[in-house]
Amino acid sequence: MAAVGKTHATRWAVVNIVVVLYALFPVWWIAALSFKDPATLTDGNYIPRDWTWDNYRGIFETSEFTRALINSIGIALIATVIAVILGTMAAYAVARLRFPGKRLLIGMSLLIAMFPPISLVSPLFNIERIIGIFDTWPGLIIPYMTFSLPLAIYTLSAFFREIPWDLEKAAKVDGATPAQAFRLVIVPLAAPGVFTTAILVFIFCWNDFLFAISLTSTESARTVPAAIAFFTGSSQFQQPTGSIAAAAVVITVPIIIFVLLFQRRIVAGLTSGAVKG
Amino acid sequence: MAEIVLEGVTKRYPDGSVAVRDVDLDIADGEFVILVGPSGCGKSTTLNMIAGLEDITEGTLRIDGRVVNDLAPKERDVAMVFQSYALYPHMSVRENMGFPLRLAKVDKATIDRKVEEAARVLDLGEFLDRKPANLSGGQRQRVAMGRAIVRDPKAFLMDEPLSNLDAKLRVQMRTQISRLQRRLGTTTVYVTHDQTEAMTLGDRVVVMRQGLVQQIGTPAELYDMPRNLFVAGFIGSPAMNFLNASLAEGVLRTPLGALPLDDRVRRALEERSAPREVIVGLRPEAFEDASLARETGGPVVTATVDVLESLGSDAYVYFTAEGGPVTTAELEELATDSGARDTGAGAGQQIVARLDAATRAREGAPVDLRIDLAKAHVFDPSTGANLTHPESSA
Amino acid sequence: MSTMAEPKPRPEPKPGKGGRARSAGAQQERRLGWLLCAPAVLVMIAVTAYPIGYAVYLSLQRYDLRFPARAEFVGLDNYGAVLSSPFWWDAFWVTLFVTAVSVAIELVLGMGLALVMHRTLFLRGTVRTAVLIPYGIVTVVAAFSWQYAWTPELGYLAELLPSGEAPLTEQWPALWLIVLAEVWKTTPFMALLLLAGLALVPEETLKAAMVDGASPWQRFTRVMLPLMKPAILVALLFRTLDAFRIFDNIYVLTAGAQGTGSLSILGYDNLFTALNLGIGSAISVLIFLCVGIIAFTFVKLFGAAAPGAEVKR
Repeated sequence: MAAVGKTHATRWAVVNIVVVLYALFPVWWIAALSFKDPATLTDGNYIPRDWTWDNYRGIFETSEFTRALINSIGIALIATVIAVILGTMAAYAVARLRFPGKRLLIGMSLLIAMFPPISLVSPLFNIERIIGIFDTWPGLIIPYMTFSLPLAIYTLSAFFREIPWDLEKAAKVDGATPAQAFRLVIVPLAAPGVFTTAILVFIFCWNDFLFAISLTSTESARTVPAAIAFFTGSSQFQQPTGSIAAAAVVITVPIIIFVLLFQRRIVAGLTSGAVKG
Repeated sequence: MAEIVLEGVTKRYPDGSVAVRDVDLDIADGEFVILVGPSGCGKSTTLNMIAGLEDITEGTLRIDGRVVNDLAPKERDVAMVFQSYALYPHMSVRENMGFPLRLAKVDKATIDRKVEEAARVLDLGEFLDRKPANLSGGQRQRVAMGRAIVRDPKAFLMDEPLSNLDAKLRVQMRTQISRLQRRLGTTTVYVTHDQTEAMTLGDRVVVMRQGLVQQIGTPAELYDMPRNLFVAGFIGSPAMNFLNASLAEGVLRTPLGALPLDDRVRRALEERSAPREVIVGLRPEAFEDASLARETGGPVVTATVDVLESLGSDAYVYFTAEGGPVTTAELEELATDSGARDTGAGAGQQIVARLDAATRAREGAPVDLRIDLAKAHVFDPSTGANLTHPESSA
Repeated sequence: MSTMAEPKPRPEPKPGKGGRARSAGAQQERRLGWLLCAPAVLVMIAVTAYPIGYAVYLSLQRYDLRFPARAEFVGLDNYGAVLSSPFWWDAFWVTLFVTAVSVAIELVLGMGLALVMHRTLFLRGTVRTAVLIPYGIVTVVAAFSWQYAWTPELGYLAELLPSGEAPLTEQWPALWLIVLAEVWKTTPFMALLLLAGLALVPEETLKAAMVDGASPWQRFTRVMLPLMKPAILVALLFRTLDAFRIFDNIYVLTAGAQGTGSLSILGYDNLFTALNLGIGSAISVLIFLCVGIIAFTFVKLFGAAAPGAEVKR
């Protein structure tokens, strides 16, 4: 039996290592590129022979990247905050209240979740130019929060439905005012769901490329994914590979941190909305 | 501590359905009252109205002499134990139990003292700093009780507090609740669907069906003198046996044979001009093994034993009476509620008799049973009323 | 679980004499519900419904951004131009190919991955964390990683090929590489959705099937898959719609060259390279219709339930 158990465990270990390699290899590859100096860039090695920070120094010296990084962070954060606030309100109503039009709301947000962003790019491009928010932060924040609202509403209403609302009653009988019941009992229970949703929405906004290249034209609102695509080498003959790799690593770091710290929550958030419905 | 008085309390929902209809109930100070009935009978709604978690549509509710219809739960000073326990998952046991006091702005030292005291009573001392998720079902139940007792409220309201426990623990907790309530002497309203809990715990029991109070009385009254078919069928385990019967010339013709009426029953039936077709109810202990009978006289019937269950102290004998089963709306509802409808019992009316353990009855063999007609009940099938109930003449 | 069953509409409260208090409560509840939803609804209408209407309007105009003054109403001419153009149909088939192939591969791989995550006890947390990285990583970053991997003289993968081959510059190899990048990035999401579906299969039912003599394969096909059907359909619907709007990967990997452009790339190029708002809008509307047809087909044909379609209370 022991031998069987051992081969079994070995087989699982192999399978799991394959999975981990599958997931990490492209990330490792671009990270390795980012630490190579131009001379060894094309050696195809998985591990840089000469480690260098030059690529990072290079991108942080240009406003092209730093400005984009600030834009990315600011736009994603603001869009996340607004989407989560609006989403929380709507999700509370969906999970807890009875009112006509609820199905309409759910249907509408579903429609938007499936909406092809390219369909909105042309009209938004024109509208934003007309009202003067093209190539500004609000010009990106508005579509981001809109497209992440369905995600926020689903995930949050799934979390809210899990809260045992008997507790609200119990708090009332225990002598709490409705405000106290909300603050002392409901908020602490809802907070993890709200937090998880915020992470998912942030990743969504952080990730966008199509809106970012369509609705910006200068550094003033261009986010990192868009900026990377416009990177050019410092001379006509030099490829911007090193810079792109370094910038790519910089914007991947926050994602890795989120994933490492909140793995369990992200999995719960991603699956609850979709399956429990 | 206080008395709770319900006068004509009614709960009607906006769609017109009535959950509770015209309930009158006087609960004395310190009394332990059970609301019992099948699911959907309105017992929980009644409790929620007393707690202030649901509005009262009509009628008045007084706690301690004061009309509280329009008071928020927080102003009624009652404590409630929920079926799900409703423990706050983000608070430790100590914080859970101290929560009502904290809301009442009691100072920290007093809270600590009261929580420790309640924890000692409920044997929760070592769990005070744990979170509810790390407790067993029985421990959570005790924390819920603790949260109710720390604040020394006017009344305890308990909504099926034991139904999430396994059978053995339920019996233990039942005695513990009973002991605790006697010690504290706090007025208690307790909702359950389990008639055994109702019979063992309550000073008085209120049987409800479809929003209406069927009967209020001590457990013994409900058992010996049920007012109607529903109460008769609901209270008692094993349940009362029912037989279709027709009444002619002082004799009840039943599938078990002709049963002569005794004086008490005859007089009661004459007074109320009973219909010809009636339902006879016999509790399992109304039967007696004729060969062991101390008294003689009374009708003796012979039945073939289907199943014999020997419990040591008693023996239950199951047999089948000919003729179709007794069907009325009340009994249908009871059967649905207890799940008896799903057991696939065959045709014919199953009868259970409780005999002395010394009985010689054997499965598949006939046995002679003496019936004690003094313990028989006769019901009107159309109204369900117990025609032999001493007070139902009015 | 999501099912198609719709909650029965509750009868509207009729204000009766005694029910007034409760009706007031219901009315209050209703008003609060609307109030809480209003901001989200307004934002969604303003940023999607209105623009799509505007896109329909623009698509009926001849509107070249270089000559905005010459805009005029041309009816369905733009649609005619798009639908009779080989560029549209090339992009359409490319999109369909990439969508169908990558979703099919993802389903199989995702199911395998889900089973691994479900069954393994060893390194469970690590595996789950690892698979979240492809999901979370910025698509453009991953696309660059793949691009460099396949670029001759730079990438480790290109070295595996005979020298002189540049797969990203030929149509079919490039399409397969796009599929690969897409599969890598989104299989974990598929796997997580399926994992949640797996969690709904009761362990005891599988044990019962084992006792009944079902082989592992039979247990998988006869017990697990039918029970997971709703989760699978939701995952497929999500992923199909998502894959159909593929843009980022293609933009970075080939920029749509050599007949590898998707519909989204086509729309983008018409708008920002050709600067033709009228044609670009017509393409936008047509893509929107395609997505609508796909979603409709899924719901009608397979009975896939929209997530969140059923709200219990």
